[in-house]
Amino acid sequence: MSTVRIPPVLRDDVGGQRSVSASGSTVQEVLDDLFAAYPALRARVTEEGRLSGFVNVYVNDRDVRYRDGLATAVGPDDTVILLPAMAGG
Amino acid sequence: MLPGAPARTAGTYPDLVAAIGNTPMVELRRLAPPGVRIFAKLEGANPSGSVKDRIARGMIEDALASGALQPGQTILEPSSGNTGISLAMIGALLGHPVRIVLPDNTTRERSELLALYGAQIVYSPGAEGSNGAIRLAERLAVQDRTLFMPFQYGNDANPRAHEQGTGPEILAAVPDVDVFVAGLGTGGTLTGVGRFLKRERPGVRVVAAEPLPGEQVQGLRSLEEGFVPPVLDAALLDDRYLVSNRDALIGLRRLMRAEGIFAGLSCGAAIHVALRVAAETPGATIVVLLADGGWKYLSTGLWTRDLDELEDELEGSVLW
Repeated sequence: MSTVRIPPVLRDDVGGQRSVSASGSTVQEVLDDLFAAYPALRARVTEEGRLSGFVNVYVNDRDVRYRDGLATAVGPDDTVILLPAMAGG
Repeated sequence: MLPGAPARTAGTYPDLVAAIGNTPMVELRRLAPPGVRIFAKLEGANPSGSVKDRIARGMIEDALASGALQPGQTILEPSSGNTGISLAMIGALLGHPVRIVLPDNTTRERSELLALYGAQIVYSPGAEGSNGAIRLAERLAVQDRTLFMPFQYGNDANPRAHEQGTGPEILAAVPDVDVFVAGLGTGGTLTGVGRFLKRERPGVRVVAAEPLPGEQVQGLRSLEEGFVPPVLDAALLDDRYLVSNRDALIGLRRLMRAEGIFAGLSCGAAIHVALRVAAETPGATIVVLLADGGWKYLSTGLWTRDLDELEDELEGSVLW
């Protein structure tokens, strides 16, 4: 099982938990497992089956959009991080 | 450096604005692993102490040329600090009052510098991070149409300052650059430099170091309140690393100890990523942009205090 870190803005959908466990060998599979356990998350994180532009997904510290997207591999010791898009400057 | 600006190494400048850019490029021989060369572009050497002098000048010159900014008109801008300070410096020199919307949980030095340059500060809720400052500034701009907001997040003059200045400077100094690494804030640096380098030297990789936002500065009510800066051309990026405050602090201290470079927190994150890339890319020549000096962070004890204690504190601060 990998760990999925949930940002504060999405915690109401997972009973207030900061991180949850989910299984799967790719980001897609991990998210599907997550959405099966917490159905309300699906509409907030994805749009028509694709990642919402307002959420970034990382495996450990790498943004999956620049790896293999939803097909990016996830190992049992990996952490999947969901984050809202935020600016700096 | 914009085209036509004089070199830093010789001669005089007509004023401080003309001294922006053409910053030093220094090889990091002590930090780079064997077989990899890492060069750091020291943007803290700009007149107000950060890379943001470049875009502040670019946006103001652009607005004056187009007539969008009239003589004496007040400038309003949301900023986590550096852009505000740059605009305050230039505004003071050109006779424009400056009003900066600043998160209320950033460092003391930023407020002090803004005040020294004569800028008015409007504080936004720190729990909302930079996104909160952006929203408040947008509301203020709508309420008072006499204000001019350059809006660094959506102003093409931001990436253009880097496409025409920073990028050419980098290629002139390091013609064999393979990888460019910089912090991600507005996305202007990565977009502008990336656009220039990819055009002039196809195959160059552009890599972003992105802050892992603290739990207490993610005060969004919905994901839709998130913000992707319009100036960021994400297609120019080849990789994007999330950097924790702890890793940024470790990078910051390594820069200081090994190379004597006194830099800001985002620079610690950028060097962390540059070293990650170096480990994965034998033989590469890497340029990392260090966005500011360490002065504006001194009161936070980034170099001296216990890492665990600092990490907790930074959860509630906006330092990028």
